Order: sequence, then C-alpha cells, then structure tokens
Amino acid sequence: MEVFVQQLINGVTLGAVYGLIAIGYTMVFGIIGMVNFAHGDVFMISAFVALICFMAVTALAGMTGGAVFLALLVALIVSMIVTSLFSWTIERVAYRKLRGSFRLAPLISAIGMSILLMNFVQVAQGARNKPIPPIMRDTISLFEKDGFVVAISYKQILIILVTAILLGIFWYVVQKTPLGRAQRACEQDQKMAALLGINVDRTIAVTFIMGAALAAVAGTMFLTYYGVVVFSDGFVPGVKAFTAAVLGGIGSLPGAVLGGMLIGLIETFWSAYFSIDYKDVAAFSILAIVLIFMPQGLLGKPEVEKV
Amino acid sequence: MTMTEKAPLLAVRGVKTYYGNIIALKGVDIDVHEGEIVTMIGANGAGKSTLMMTIFGKPQAREGTITYDGRDITRMPTHEIAHLGIAQSPEGRRVFPRMSVFENLQMGASVNNLAHFDEDLEKVCAIFPRLKERLQQRAGTLSGGEQQMLAIARALMSRPRLLLLDEPSLGLAPIVVRQIFDVIREVNRKEGMTVFLVEQNAYHALKLATRAYVMVNGLITMSGSGKELLSDPQVKAAYLEGGHH
Repeated sequence: MEVFVQQLINGVTLGAVYGLIAIGYTMVFGIIGMVNFAHGDVFMISAFVALICFMAVTALAGMTGGAVFLALLVALIVSMIVTSLFSWTIERVAYRKLRGSFRLAPLISAIGMSILLMNFVQVAQGARNKPIPPIMRDTISLFEKDGFVVAISYKQILIILVTAILLGIFWYVVQKTPLGRAQRACEQDQKMAALLGINVDRTIAVTFIMGAALAAVAGTMFLTYYGVVVFSDGFVPGVKAFTAAVLGGIGSLPGAVLGGMLIGLIETFWSAYFSIDYKDVAAFSILAIVLIFMPQGLLGKPEVEKV
Repeated sequence: MTMTEKAPLLAVRGVKTYYGNIIALKGVDIDVHEGEIVTMIGANGAGKSTLMMTIFGKPQAREGTITYDGRDITRMPTHEIAHLGIAQSPEGRRVFPRMSVFENLQMGASVNNLAHFDEDLEKVCAIFPRLKERLQQRAGTLSGGEQQMLAIARALMSRPRLLLLDEPSLGLAPIVVRQIFDVIREVNRKEGMTVFLVEQNAYHALKLATRAYVMVNGLITMSGSGKELLSDPQVKAAYLEGGHH
C-alpha cells in the first residue's frame, strides 16, 4: 500500500511531463497530419534554456529560497518564449514550404531538424551532463507505515500544480477563444476555414508555438525534477511522449494528457514491482496491445463521420 | 444587359482554371451586379463549383482576371478575399463536423470578430428554426438538410455583400428546397444582398434569378434574364424536362 501510494505520486509527476510534451505532438498532428519528430528536441532545448536562465539568475541573486523561486519563474517564462521562437522558426523554414508536397517530405524534414538541433546543442553546450545545484529538496511526509515513509516533495507538488494550471489555461484557449476555434476549424477543414477568413498558415504557426510553450513547461519541470540535462535528452522523453499521444489517440488533447499519465504510471509501477530495466518495454508493450484492440487510441476520434 | 452602366460588383473575365494539367474552366466571363440574383445552371462536372472556388482563389485562375468591387482579387489569398465581404456556402456544405452548430455560426461571424453575433444569431434562428433547436448539437450529427441550412446560415453570419451559394438545394426534400429559395429571395429583397447561385435545380433557380448563365464543359454557352432562359427551348430540353415541382 505504501509503495503503491508513493509510486502513484511519482508516476503522476512523470506523467505530467510526458503529457505536456505529448500535447505538442498531438496538436500538430491534428492540424497538419504530420508527426513533428523535432518536438522532443525542442523539449530538450527548452530544458537547456531554462538551465541557462536558472544559473544566470542564481549567480546574480544567490541561492536563497526566494532567489531560487525567482530563478525558476524566470527560467520558465524565458524558456517558453525562446522555445516558441525555435519552434516557429522550424515550422517556417522546414515544414511550411513542404506543405502540399508528398506526405513523407515534411516527416523527413522533421527528422533532419531533430538531428540538427541535437547536434547544435552538443556543439554549443558540450556532450556532458549539465547539472543545476540541488534545489527544493524538502518533502512532506504523508504517512508512515513499518518504517516506510510516503512522501511528496515540493518539486513534485510544483510540477503537478504548474501542469494542472497550464493545462487549464490551455484548455480554455482551445475551447473558448476565437484562436482555439480557428485551430479546431483548421483541424477539421482547412479549405473551409480559409473561406471563412481564417489565415490557415498563421493558425498552424500558432499551433507550433503553443506546443513548444507547453514543451518548455515540461522542459523546465524536467530540469527541476532531475536537476540535470544533456543534449540527447530530447530523444527518449520525446519518443515516450509520442507514444503517449498515440496511446491516448493522436489528435485528441485529453487523450494526450491521459496517455502521458498512463505511460508515466506504467513506467513507475513496473519499476517498483518488477524490473526497472524493463520499464520501457512495459510502456511500449501496453501501447502495442492497446493499438491492436483500439487502433485509434483510447480517446481517438473515429475516422467516419456522419455525412 | 439590363442593368445600368455601373461597373459590376463581381466581374470574371476570361478565367481559365486547371487541376494539374486538366483544364476545368476554359475562359469564363461572368458579371454580377450589386443587388442582383444571378444563377448559373449546368450539368454535373460542367465546372460550376470550380468557378465558385476560383472566385475565392482555391484554386487560383491560371489565366484571366476576377475583380470584386473594382479590386483585382485573382491572386489574393483565400482568407483575405473572405474579409472583403464575400461569403460562400460551398459544394458539399463543409460544416465543421466536430463543432457545435453554435460554434459553426461563430466561425461564420469570425471575419468581423463576432461584432453583431447575437443579433445575427437571432436572425438566422428565425430563418431556420431547426437550427435553433440544435444549437449545442455537433454539426456532424445533423441531417443533410439541416447541414445545408447551417452552411447557408454560417455564410449569412458574416453579413456578406456578395453571397455565393453552391447547390443549396442538393439532396433536400422539396419543401426544404422551397424554404431555402424563399430565404434567398428574402435576403436579396430585404437586405439588398447580392447573390450568385449555382444550381442543378434549374426551374426554381431560374425563376428566382435576375439574370442567368448556362455552363457546359467549362464554357458559358448562354446567358440572359431568368425568364428568357426558362422559356428557351434548348434550356427546356436540357435542364427542365420533367423538372416542375
């Protein structure tokens, strides 16, 4: 029971990070039907930007509690802005011109972008792990049984809270604002959206920006949680988040969050009860099994609409 | 031409449109004057819908010009054309299936940022009471006739100066067809909205029209007032036989 609760907390934290990244995959797929393989590396870049900001602010303001909080806030905001710019640029130079070309073209371009970003960071930041000083090590003990303390750390609370708040804002934007309506319209019928005066290219660009901003939240949380980032960190979390998007039903926003949570939980529970080495095997196996029985994913849209 | 010498609101001149290397419009000339209802009739595949979409730049005309209100819009991006006061209820209705009826109407009003949304919503709900009952329903679950009503209502929501309607009667029950043609007549009379209408239902469409064109195989073969075409023996033979309902 204690182990279960503890792993639940850990799993939800990890799932929040996957879910935030997965939204970027699922939104872009929804609107232009393309898997943006560079998205994982955009996430990695956001963690680096957050790291640089965090180090800069703490170098100036010290490592007191207030300064750390300020540094994290600055890191989050700057990372969201810079990462959005990266993503906007990628869409502009690598994907937009290929729209309307054969389906594989933007996909190949995305893989190229992924390799480019990874190598750019490796050259610019070096190939070693980049750490930040340990922060927010305090935990809150929830209960104790037979010497096993179930605890939730401040970091975990922060990650879960920030994720919940940002998902709320994001959901509101997509469901209730003219911008979100335009996005959903483009997702369902780009030609008709254009006939109604929607600038489709701009709407797609905004989608990339929103996905990147959420990836930056994930990147900053990832850095806070693990305290270290390396140039190759875009790959595995990227693939996991993509898996989460597919598991939840690619194109579906609640599906991305649900998929992220599931992948996070499967991984942590498998590590706790079975083998930590096989946690990825477990996550991907579940994906395979779900896709056999529900090819459109858990919350995916059925292909056929009544006409 | 029965109208005054005022320049037409929409002027299509020598327009040729291609799909890849296949020519769909072979040099089309059309005039639509302010306040008119202009009808174009023609068989399936004649190029009527292509013309409607070419006016909106999707696809763009390869040759010829399209001017609207004195401005050349031949190469203008589609979304900018929509901001000039032209609205279209396109072929196949194209309602957003996973949005509610209400949201579809909001999309229609998005060119003027929902400026008079509430007022216009009330108006289209009065015209199509069926939509009012289904405002929160997903558009994809509506019947074909209801989707057609929604597509027209959505086009009206932008308060267009020029309304393009692509086969508004397609697949509808006769009573609904009559209702839709009444709506077209009404917006034209009461609000002075200019209407350009493409139809296979030639009898109703010609009765309604100030002027009309016949398109065959990507070319205009005949034009005149609605009445003239209605009584023309060729038109009768080709488009009206057994069509009085």
